[in-house]
Amino acid sequence: MNAVFILWLRQLKRYFRSRARMIGSLGQPILFLLALGFGLGPTFARAGRGDYVQFLAPGIITMGILFTAVFSGIEIVFDRQFGFLRETLVAPVSRLEIVLGRTLGSATVALIQGSIVFLVCLAAGFRPTHPLLLPLALLFMALIAVMCTAIGTAFGSVLQDMQGFQLIMNFIVLPLFFFSSALFPLPDLPGAVRLAVRLNPLSYGVDGLRGALSGGFAFGAATDLVVVVGLAAILLAIGAYLFSKIEV
Amino acid sequence: MMDAIIEAHDLVKRFGGFTAVDRISFAVPEGVIFGFLGPNGAGKTTTIKMLTTVLAPSDGRLLIAGHDPVEEPLAVRRAFGIVFQDPSLDDELTAAENMELHGVLYRVPRVERRARVEALLRFVGLWERRDDYVKRFSGGMKRRLEIARALLHRPRILFLDEPTSGLDPQTRNQIWEFIRGLCRDEQVTVFFTTHYMEEAERVADRIAIVDHGRIVAEGTAAALRQQTGGRTLEDAFIALTGHSIRDAEAAPVDRMRMMRQVWRGRR
Repeated sequence: MNAVFILWLRQLKRYFRSRARMIGSLGQPILFLLALGFGLGPTFARAGRGDYVQFLAPGIITMGILFTAVFSGIEIVFDRQFGFLRETLVAPVSRLEIVLGRTLGSATVALIQGSIVFLVCLAAGFRPTHPLLLPLALLFMALIAVMCTAIGTAFGSVLQDMQGFQLIMNFIVLPLFFFSSALFPLPDLPGAVRLAVRLNPLSYGVDGLRGALSGGFAFGAATDLVVVVGLAAILLAIGAYLFSKIEV
Repeated sequence: MMDAIIEAHDLVKRFGGFTAVDRISFAVPEGVIFGFLGPNGAGKTTTIKMLTTVLAPSDGRLLIAGHDPVEEPLAVRRAFGIVFQDPSLDDELTAAENMELHGVLYRVPRVERRARVEALLRFVGLWERRDDYVKRFSGGMKRRLEIARALLHRPRILFLDEPTSGLDPQTRNQIWEFIRGLCRDEQVTVFFTTHYMEEAERVADRIAIVDHGRIVAEGTAAALRQQTGGRTLEDAFIALTGHSIRDAEAAPVDRMRMMRQVWRGRR
């Protein structure tokens, strides 16, 4: 057993032990799925775009992953606050091992949360079109999880306390979600919004997941994969760098 | 005298224009209990941070168990255990899991790890509570667990930054008994800070008093009393550092600590 593994395990234990958080963070995706899915469904169908739940589900799964991952990454602030961070930073292991263990742990947690949201979507009537593409869907979910956790790690390393958390939620995380293609199809958008969606890294994750689950990649599977892998790597590097600069 | 296990030569730490530690030199012989005392903001915690590789010195030379903290941080980290001023346990894990995590981070082999965890938890009286979440522990129990954890990887030096602050006298006495007992058994050098002068007087073999980033006196408690003509170490401390009250600027961590105490009080 090594440092990366034990820190990965710690994230998982913390997740499974706080049932309240687990269930609490399911609330938002379920609300979006039900309210939007069934509220806008008829309008979506009348516009000739087919079944909205079918379109929306990958976006909702992404949402579940995004929120869990970012929050789990930002937990570094709590660890700083409650002192545990120091215990890891004076241990004879490199910062890279620490940040890797944490990030992989948080990403795993987010992936599990996303899978639960996926099951909820199934219960709400969502059906994947190509069962054979499920492994690809899982791959995209994992990549989204790593990417979003890295964002959380980056902010968690910079923030001194949770005062800035609202700022990040409202000005980074929610815009990332709303200006991805999670809720609406790309072709109908006005130019400025379409540009925002195209520049948004999360759009490629959503698109890849949607392609794998519901069929129809807007950007193309290869583009989605390359962009998401590249961005996950870059964000991971930024998160690890900022983590290495933490002073306690 | 035995060889020094901690050596500081003209150690300096500047933050912008402010000099927190101003050319401090001292040596701690192996096996002694060394008290590092001073008023708030005197540079104690900054010094401990430099000794424990958390902060890089601006100038001067340090040797911890024969290694330079800047050049060989991992070797230095393996050589010491530390109990921080604030709790540093994971509240959501059990006592045994906190120990286990530490043991893995410090690469203590599995078989030895198991044996050490049991022996140390038994010694501090937490073996029966090993599977309880740390969040259910009292302040004194957490401190005992942290001391046990700090010694898990058989360090040669144990740093204790105000290990007894915020605890009642009974618990403070008990904590020091544990520390002395463990250090005798494990032959560890102890470097500690405290604001309780009577504790320092009772426990420390040697004492250094720092103020304004400099060492103003060093020696045994008896020598310091004699030097200043004080009846107790507290008299000597006041004589050396004056009566003015120091206001250390609250860092974000201190503010959080305050908030947390307010929270705890409310529940």
